[in-house]
Amino acid sequence: MINVLFFAQVRELLGQSTLAVAASESTVTAEGLRAQLAATDDKWAKVLAADKLLVAVNQTISSWDTPVEDGDEVAFFPPVTGG
Amino acid sequence: MATELNAVRVQSEDFSVPDEYAQIAGDNSNGAVVTFVGKVRDFNDGSAVTDLTLEHYPGMTEAVLNQLALEARERWPLNNVSIIHRVGTMALGEQIVFIGVTSAHRKAAFAACEFLIDFLKTRAPFWKLEAGDKGANWVEAKDADDQAAKMWEKQ
Repeated sequence: MINVLFFAQVRELLGQSTLAVAASESTVTAEGLRAQLAATDDKWAKVLAADKLLVAVNQTISSWDTPVEDGDEVAFFPPVTGG
Repeated sequence: MATELNAVRVQSEDFSVPDEYAQIAGDNSNGAVVTFVGKVRDFNDGSAVTDLTLEHYPGMTEAVLNQLALEARERWPLNNVSIIHRVGTMALGEQIVFIGVTSAHRKAAFAACEFLIDFLKTRAPFWKLEAGDKGANWVEAKDADDQAAKMWEKQ
């Protein structure tokens, strides 16, 4: 399984902070995983629209073409605003 | 020469600037000590703020802050580096973040402190939820912060 995490308004709008996704041919990249989740329904499509969404693969902010494997941790979140 | 201190803490409780200063400034090789404190401000983008809730990504946050401290050490001759960031809900005026850097000379300490807060703002996974007279709103990332971080890439 791929351990998917959501933070900040992405978490709030989706109403959940974690999700286990079975690794498949469509989840071999961060973009593939994003697209599969976005296809859930209109709400998910809107919240997981690629503009202004960031992805971290195994706790490192990554590009959308980064490979994703079974057992990886993939987090989706908006631009960071700490400090 | 004293052992270098590298401290990264993510915590809900407040911190004491005098205590943190004492932690990093003690050794006589520290000719320069620069500290930065970020606080909860009264207005943001024209609306009154009453409190702020900080969310973060446990594990990744600490890893990013340690990486930033390492990058600062590669760029400047530093002795001690301390980064503290609070999470949870903070009232108006409360302290959010502490950055403390020591070096033999001031230029390195000033530059490293600014570098650390600029990159913390654009790379560390923290998010601010602001509560105020217009309800609760997630703070939007600012282009100015991105530009501040990019300035360091040109140097």
